[in-house]
Amino acid sequence: MAHDDELEAQIDRWRGYVHRRQVISSADVDELEDHLRGQVTDLRATGLDDDEAFLVAIKRLGNLDAVSREYAREHSERLWKQLALVPDESAGSPAPRWRELAVVIALAVGAGVAVKAGIAWLGDDEAAFARNVGLLVVPFLAAYLGWKRQAGPRTVAAIAVPFVVLAVVLNVYPFVPEGATEVLAIIHTPVVLWLLVGLAYVAGSWRSDGRRMDFVRFTGELAIYFTLLAIGGGILLGLTAGVLQLVGVDPEPVITGWVMPFAVPGALVVAAWLVEAKQDVVENIAPVLTRIFTPLTIAMLLAVLVALIASGGLVEVDRDLLILMDAILVLVVALLLYSISARDALAPPALADWLQLVLVGAALVVDAVMLTAMLTRIAEFGTSPNKIAALGLNLLLLVHLGVSAWRSARFLRGVGTFSALERWQTRYLPVYALWAAVVVVVFPPLFDFA
Amino acid sequence: MRIDKDLVAASATPLVLGILADGDLYGYAILKRVGELSGGRMQWTDGMLYPLLHRLERLGHVSSSWGTSETGRRRKHYAITPTGRAQLAERQAQWSVVADALRQVWESAPRPATVVEGWA
Repeated sequence: MAHDDELEAQIDRWRGYVHRRQVISSADVDELEDHLRGQVTDLRATGLDDDEAFLVAIKRLGNLDAVSREYAREHSERLWKQLALVPDESAGSPAPRWRELAVVIALAVGAGVAVKAGIAWLGDDEAAFARNVGLLVVPFLAAYLGWKRQAGPRTVAAIAVPFVVLAVVLNVYPFVPEGATEVLAIIHTPVVLWLLVGLAYVAGSWRSDGRRMDFVRFTGELAIYFTLLAIGGGILLGLTAGVLQLVGVDPEPVITGWVMPFAVPGALVVAAWLVEAKQDVVENIAPVLTRIFTPLTIAMLLAVLVALIASGGLVEVDRDLLILMDAILVLVVALLLYSISARDALAPPALADWLQLVLVGAALVVDAVMLTAMLTRIAEFGTSPNKIAALGLNLLLLVHLGVSAWRSARFLRGVGTFSALERWQTRYLPVYALWAAVVVVVFPPLFDFA
Repeated sequence: MRIDKDLVAASATPLVLGILADGDLYGYAILKRVGELSGGRMQWTDGMLYPLLHRLERLGHVSSSWGTSETGRRRKHYAITPTGRAQLAERQAQWSVVADALRQVWESAPRPATVVEGWA
């Protein structure tokens, strides 16, 4: 019996080894295993012991590289990893195949119904709808992730309590119509909500740096999949609308009244499902994009710096420019995060790491210039909610970029480790959400809801 | 005696189709049959049989189905299809032309001394 166990273990290891060849599907591995077992049985009958029989059988199967090449010639499509949305029955998962799909569809429709109801309920009050739209969609996304991870009651409470507080604050505060604090609240609410989605994503292990980084990756892939869905949906909608217009039907009311309220939130839930389904099947695309955009962003930052300096006095720097520059800096932080998320922490420093340091350095200089401009403006014209919010964000970015630059310089000099740089990113991220929560909850009463 | 790789490759398709024409079989049994037929002198790299079977299946010459072995494991059985039989007849005709031509050559020019084999 012990012999059989040993043989089973050997066959198991062999299966794992063969399975890593992507051109050999699991059905093929089953077929090869059947062959291997047949061979081993026959060899044992001739007097070989288990080990010998196994070794001879493996040898007769042939060099795995050569065999894989043969498989690749026959099944070249397998070199393009196919995303199986509904896993094959042969994959051996005991869970019902269609249940996840049903949950996803139900939640996507639910999100659409919530948004549609929100529109009907809040009527023409566009500001109220803008404040609440995130609150209407996020529960469905969080519910999907929580369902997928079988989140416990503590996780549910950790998400639900801040969610309810946020919902109450956004709807009870007497915002002055078109006031700055209301616009700030509308802009910052999604950031806080995204932290709650993150809590659902990491489920119980919110302290884990690894899980946090997974959530960063999830966010990037989600953005890309959502964009792809939006482009596809846009093309479909455009073609349909074009045809309808030509035959004299006005598609406008149906599209804005029904299609968009259901399609956009639904696409978000579906995109989350796609990212979850593909996770380890398809290479992540976000990190590859960062590789392309890091040098380009460095060039852009340098051009912006030169333009800022050439334009002279910093006091004249106008508000729209500051907002745009903030957007650029947030983009830089995203690039930094994604290139870090994809890098093997144990690999030695390479050119890409130097480029990344240059990028962070350039962003730091831009941030310093902007902070100077802002402080000058505040000294000149006094404070306002917008200025304080922007100042806060820039200080957060300054700390984030500054420590990142320091850690990555240490890594490049061989003093520090890459994982220290990685840990800094994941530990710092919640600070942005906390600041956003302050802007949503504390700013309005502080500035009289103006 | 080792048989040349190209010759093995060229004869593999008609051999597999011919074996399947006698009845449905699974991969390992096909290989065993090849061994029996050649008296153990035709050695294939076992792993190469399966890509070949998959190609024949894609071309419609054979069909496959999953069953279970006597030990209760999944086992894939192959059967020849009507197109496969047509293909087999075609190949048979081709091979008999080749074999016929070769036989005439062997007869007119007698085999070189078998010593050569020892040098190879």
